[in-house]
Amino acid sequence: MHTIPKIAEIESAQLRTGLPDFRVGDTVRVHYRIVEGDKDRVQVFQGVVLKRHRAGARSTFTVRKISFNVGVERVFLSHSPRIEKVEVVAKGVVRRARLFYLRDLAGKAARVRDQKDN
Amino acid sequence: MNQNPGVFGKKLGMTQIFGADGNVQRVTVVETGPLVVVGKRTQEKDGYSALILGLGERAERKVNKARAGAFKKANVTPKQHVKELRVAADFVAKYEVGATVKLDEIFTAGKFVDARGVTRGRGFTGVMRRWSFAGGVGSHGTHEYFRHGGSIGTNMTPGRTLPNLKMPGHYGAETVSVLGLKVARVDAEKNLLLIEGGIPGSKNSLVLIRQAVKKKTKNEK
Repeated sequence: MHTIPKIAEIESAQLRTGLPDFRVGDTVRVHYRIVEGDKDRVQVFQGVVLKRHRAGARSTFTVRKISFNVGVERVFLSHSPRIEKVEVVAKGVVRRARLFYLRDLAGKAARVRDQKDN
Repeated sequence: MNQNPGVFGKKLGMTQIFGADGNVQRVTVVETGPLVVVGKRTQEKDGYSALILGLGERAERKVNKARAGAFKKANVTPKQHVKELRVAADFVAKYEVGATVKLDEIFTAGKFVDARGVTRGRGFTGVMRRWSFAGGVGSHGTHEYFRHGGSIGTNMTPGRTLPNLKMPGHYGAETVSVLGLKVARVDAEKNLLLIEGGIPGSKNSLVLIRQAVKKKTKNEK
């Protein structure tokens, strides 16, 4: 949290719009641009949002998925120009702001209740 | 001695910006101005060449008479900070007294700079923090000897503690230079300089930024 106006100005110039309003527990598809040499392609990362760190231009969100039985987490910068788009696949119902307990669970227990099933 | 062109500035703090490739750069924001030439030192008159630069405004009633006279002679408003910057003669010749130093004439994004500042004072500090000593072991019967530095020398020969031995004492509040930092962005309009990496000093402290003495970009070598 910056109180210095000149730094706040630099940061506010970097804020981006166009991302959907998703919350912790939602399942999202993040389309992320990856540069390989001189080519770039879009990679999709789909998983549950574990955490949203809301800090202005420095905001991040963490997405967790299970890939070949191994848990993979990625932290994305919310305002990164590399994010092409974010799709909300499913809304989840959770009772806390940080879903770190999912790391200790596996299989059926590691699911988040869908809002539609409520 | 680094006599490359440079500026004084106030360290505002740190933040992060997205570069052209989308990667994040951690930057220190330095406010360098408006920086006004208050006076000059020349080889013929003073034996060396330097620019006397003024930064920030100071209320007229708070300026002593000697300083006020110098400002009046230069025909500029009183400044908060006045510092001499040793630079080459051709750089001194480029500026008239009363002129404002333009940031984009000195710095370019992507080039390297050196930063100098006074580090934050840490007061009387033990050896673990000050000299990164390992301290004592936490168990095996140790008591009251956890953060000590151990032995400070031998007994009869030489019978004294050698000079410059690392011991507890005052730490910080010393002038430190960091060489070879990259300029991330130059905002001449707002007098802001964004430099990748950290710079010594607390927020609002005065720092000196100069063109790098050693590190050059590839095509400069």
